[in-house]
Amino acid sequence: MRTLSPRLTQRIAFSILFAATLFVILPVAFIIGVILKNGLGAVNWEFLTAMPRASMREGGILPAIVGTFCLVAGAVLFALPLGLCAAIYLSEYSKDSRLNRAVRLAIVNLAGVPSVVFGLFGLALFVGFFRFGASILAGSLTLGLMILPVIITSSREALDAVPGSFREVSLSLGATKLQTIKYAVLPHALPGILTGTILGVGRAAGETAPILFTVAAFYLPRLPRSIFDQAMALPYHLYVLSTQVPNVAPKIRYGTALVLLAIVLLMNFLAIAIRSHFRAKKKW
Amino acid sequence: MPSGRKLKEIFFETAIRASGVASIFIVGLIFFFLFKEGIMLFQTQKLSGFLFGKNWYPISEPGEFGILPLISGTILVTLGAAVLSVPLGIAAAIYIAEVAPPQSKEILKSGVELLAAIPSVVLGFIGIVTVVPWIKNTFHAPTGLTAFAGAVVLAFMAMPTIVSIAEDALYSVPKTYKEGAYALGATQWQTIWRVVLPAASSGIVAAVMLGIGRVVGETMAVMMVTGNSPSMPRGIFYPVRTLTATIAAEMGETVRGSDHYFSLFAIGIVLFVITFAVNMTADLVVHRKRK
Repeated sequence: MRTLSPRLTQRIAFSILFAATLFVILPVAFIIGVILKNGLGAVNWEFLTAMPRASMREGGILPAIVGTFCLVAGAVLFALPLGLCAAIYLSEYSKDSRLNRAVRLAIVNLAGVPSVVFGLFGLALFVGFFRFGASILAGSLTLGLMILPVIITSSREALDAVPGSFREVSLSLGATKLQTIKYAVLPHALPGILTGTILGVGRAAGETAPILFTVAAFYLPRLPRSIFDQAMALPYHLYVLSTQVPNVAPKIRYGTALVLLAIVLLMNFLAIAIRSHFRAKKKW
Repeated sequence: MPSGRKLKEIFFETAIRASGVASIFIVGLIFFFLFKEGIMLFQTQKLSGFLFGKNWYPISEPGEFGILPLISGTILVTLGAAVLSVPLGIAAAIYIAEVAPPQSKEILKSGVELLAAIPSVVLGFIGIVTVVPWIKNTFHAPTGLTAFAGAVVLAFMAMPTIVSIAEDALYSVPKTYKEGAYALGATQWQTIWRVVLPAASSGIVAAVMLGIGRVVGETMAVMMVTGNSPSMPRGIFYPVRTLTATIAAEMGETVRGSDHYFSLFAIGIVLFVITFAVNMTADLVVHRKRK
């Protein structure tokens, strides 16, 4: 048997690689296409602004949209200050490389904890131990913990990318360390921090498992009144519609999937846009 | 007496230092609370019966809490997803990092990012309306809700992780390696196959591990398409139940403080330990190489 010429081998190999790449990428277009095609007909003003009726088989999804909005806002309120401070510590303060490594490993592990385990933790700590009950507060805190690694990692990268000379100039003018961080470092890291936060928002909006036992209500056709209320949420609502309630019109399922997907992908596009806008404007 | 500004500085620096180590504290707290609840199961049950028992009948009297069927379900679905996603993911990473022309590279990378962004419940929903009926018709299975459906859906959750981390590993191979190979007259493919891939191997191993770690921990999509049957799996075309799906499906029905409640936390410990080990090892593999 003759061996193939190197040139032909290369052509075959590259064709296989290309086919594999298509196999990874095309389903994305397929998924978005299927949901758009079947969901667009369902989404109208009433669908977005009405309460569900007839055991969720008719009407709209307003309480799920509002619930998801509250949960995400709560998660960011909790995770952004904590994550940003943690990133500032790692980037500007910490010198002890042993501790630094321990913190990094903790973040890696936090990012790898299964979402349903976050749910268990939220149930044990926030719902049980702190007695918040199944509530927006408990759900927000659980989601906040889950997006913490995303915010810390991206904020830290943004801070590390600010040139050291910025800090030196500020310090040499007599500014304190904190003033230096506030006026010479943070403003330049802001786009990166914003990008990470928005990605965290997208992730929090789409997660189901962490809110299953900490906040999510199966069917609650009214708006939440306080942070101690249970609430419906879009991803859980989609789960309920597609597996727990028989005879739901496919239109309503696809419509719910479309609204959820649109929110999550919008966040991602926004993050990408901010990133490329500031990358183009970058002066150093 | 320190001035107001000084006090403010002290306050903020303390907050920053405390937040810095908060991640360690949180990981410890998660483990503590899982353990605190999960350990209660073993007042009435044996550890060996829990890990190796073949019967998961948590609500019968007396309840049986053997998680072997659930572990087997997780292994079956994970292996299936790995067989599909590892070759495809690595191939796509090679194409994007080494072969694709610059214009299409950015598009392909955004495509992978989009795939990573799709919520798992949406993937599960798409699985129900497309993959499940396809399996039912193609393989003449009594139901499409099978381990195979779970493997297909989860493969698409593992791919973004595998592609992006393997891609980073390929990029970090020094350019001089490639230039050396070209100078010796190697084609681009020979260079990739013989030089770049071996040099990036540890990063690719880490990519595969983290992808598999993501599959083991995935909950919603797998719960929606695998048929939820907590008995010993009979094959890839039968319904199964994974560890994660068991927690998600049953926690709502448990009574707080019952053995059933504790047993779900004990499953949580198992999952936490598995993913902890996977992440630690992957991190070790990457960092050993960097030295």
